[in-house]
Amino acid sequence: MAEKLDQIFVQAKHELVRWLLCHVPGAWAEVLSALLSIATLLVAFAALFALTTLLERKGLGRIQNRYGPNRVGPFGLLQPVADGIKALTKEDVVPRAADQVVHFIAPLVLVVPVFLALAVLPVGRNMVVVDLDAGLLFFFAVGAATELSVFMAGWSSRNKYSLLGAMRAIAQMISYEVPLILSAVTVVMMAGSLSTVRIVEVQAGFSGWLPHWHVLTPWGLAGFLLFLIAAAAEANRCPFDLPEGESEIIAGYYIEYSGFKFALFFLGEYIGLFAVSGLAITLFLGGWTAPLPFVQWVPSYVWFFLKLLSLIAFFIWVRGTLPRLRMDQLMSFAWKFMLPLSLINLLAAGLWRFLPEGLTRWAFCSLLLAAAYIGLGRSLVQRRNLGRRTYRFAE
Amino acid sequence: MTADLLFYLFAACTLVCGFLVIANPFSLNPVTSAMFLVLTMVFLAGLFVLLHAFFLAAIQVLVYAGAVMVLFLFVIMLLDLKAEERRRLKVFGITTGLIAVGAILFIFLNTLAQAPLGASTTPELEGTTMALGKLLFTRYLLPFEVVSVLLLVAMIGAIFLSKKELK
Repeated sequence: MAEKLDQIFVQAKHELVRWLLCHVPGAWAEVLSALLSIATLLVAFAALFALTTLLERKGLGRIQNRYGPNRVGPFGLLQPVADGIKALTKEDVVPRAADQVVHFIAPLVLVVPVFLALAVLPVGRNMVVVDLDAGLLFFFAVGAATELSVFMAGWSSRNKYSLLGAMRAIAQMISYEVPLILSAVTVVMMAGSLSTVRIVEVQAGFSGWLPHWHVLTPWGLAGFLLFLIAAAAEANRCPFDLPEGESEIIAGYYIEYSGFKFALFFLGEYIGLFAVSGLAITLFLGGWTAPLPFVQWVPSYVWFFLKLLSLIAFFIWVRGTLPRLRMDQLMSFAWKFMLPLSLINLLAAGLWRFLPEGLTRWAFCSLLLAAAYIGLGRSLVQRRNLGRRTYRFAE
Repeated sequence: MTADLLFYLFAACTLVCGFLVIANPFSLNPVTSAMFLVLTMVFLAGLFVLLHAFFLAAIQVLVYAGAVMVLFLFVIMLLDLKAEERRRLKVFGITTGLIAVGAILFIFLNTLAQAPLGASTTPELEGTTMALGKLLFTRYLLPFEVVSVLLLVAMIGAIFLSKKELK
């Protein structure tokens, strides 16, 4: 029964393809199967996007002692629909000086790659659109297109605030991509494969009550935290949302976008957040595997989406409680703290791989990471430059 | 059949975009050129996929279309675009460019002469990342290390140039 429930979507797809093959030639089987997977994924994550916009506004409202949206539909549940209609009916304003073509393409360059990135995420047992040999690399490769989109949006608008926002965003994304990828490399070292499906399989199974998730090892915990921080920066989430800091540069690179193009940027950012959270789950939180041995009867996709929703809740919580960083703090945090720590984490993961199993490797790796954390933190605090900033070119 | 069609499509798009990078009849703007270069890189990655070199394709997009191009655009964004549009060709640039193109052409023709067309049916870099890694760290270790040192030198140079007080 549990098995059947787990594979219900996979079975349904097979049945549907078989039924459709009665009407079309057999060579189409693979195309049909891929199309069905893609359509399901698109619908599921678009629905999650609608739900998250509501949850975020509700959550932020509660944190700030207000109700949040509660007028449209029961408990405000139809608010995303109202938002969508509003975005569709707004006038689409394009500045006269803007580079028309690039201005039009920029939101598409953001939205298409982030949906592509979802293709390599295993959302359940046997539930992945493509199992690529270099799946993880594919994820980061398509993620690189978001930087391009930000540049295109900021540059083509011919607005100084857009350009400032784009410069900030690109500097931030390039800086945080380094610790993001380096912390993911540790998992690749352990799994010996770049395939996301293989990475999840490595983490399946239990010793006693504890699952074999990477987050439950010293290097895995450090890697997970580094990955989460870098992911927040990559997705332009608070406290790293300087590119769109309202109080300084209004809305950053999408200031000249209105109507549905603005909604597309919004969609792209949220789907990007889901994708990178999904990757964090795949790499460190065991993907679709159950957290405890006696709840394994719950279908795998339920676990994946539960983990995804908890990570989203975490991001909403952080957004509601932390203030925004300053630009130089952001940069020095990435290069002077996150980068050395992720390099040391690589070393710790290597040691973990080659030391004999037992308490020694636990103690050794934890000590190494703790020493690195404390040492780096101390040196940053001591050399903290609290005086006036000096600029190389701006003076 | 489909693979052949896709090859011609990607190859044609690569050539057209590559041409538009250096000689765009519609605009002299460096940013437009840079964006066509991105497209060229993406189509090249498509060619790699057709050769079953998924790792190389992903790296191509990640490094060239992603990081390198964004840095290009970043530099262009900080420069004065008007001055760039007025710039004339220089003898030095033409000479070095021609030498570089000639050298690459020589290597290509040499390789083509050595490997008769259509002879090998199985490509040497068949997909797997592991095979590529092993080759890089055994047979091609020296070139690999030389390139790493070159990158390190470039990085140190960039940091040195951007220091405010040179001591």
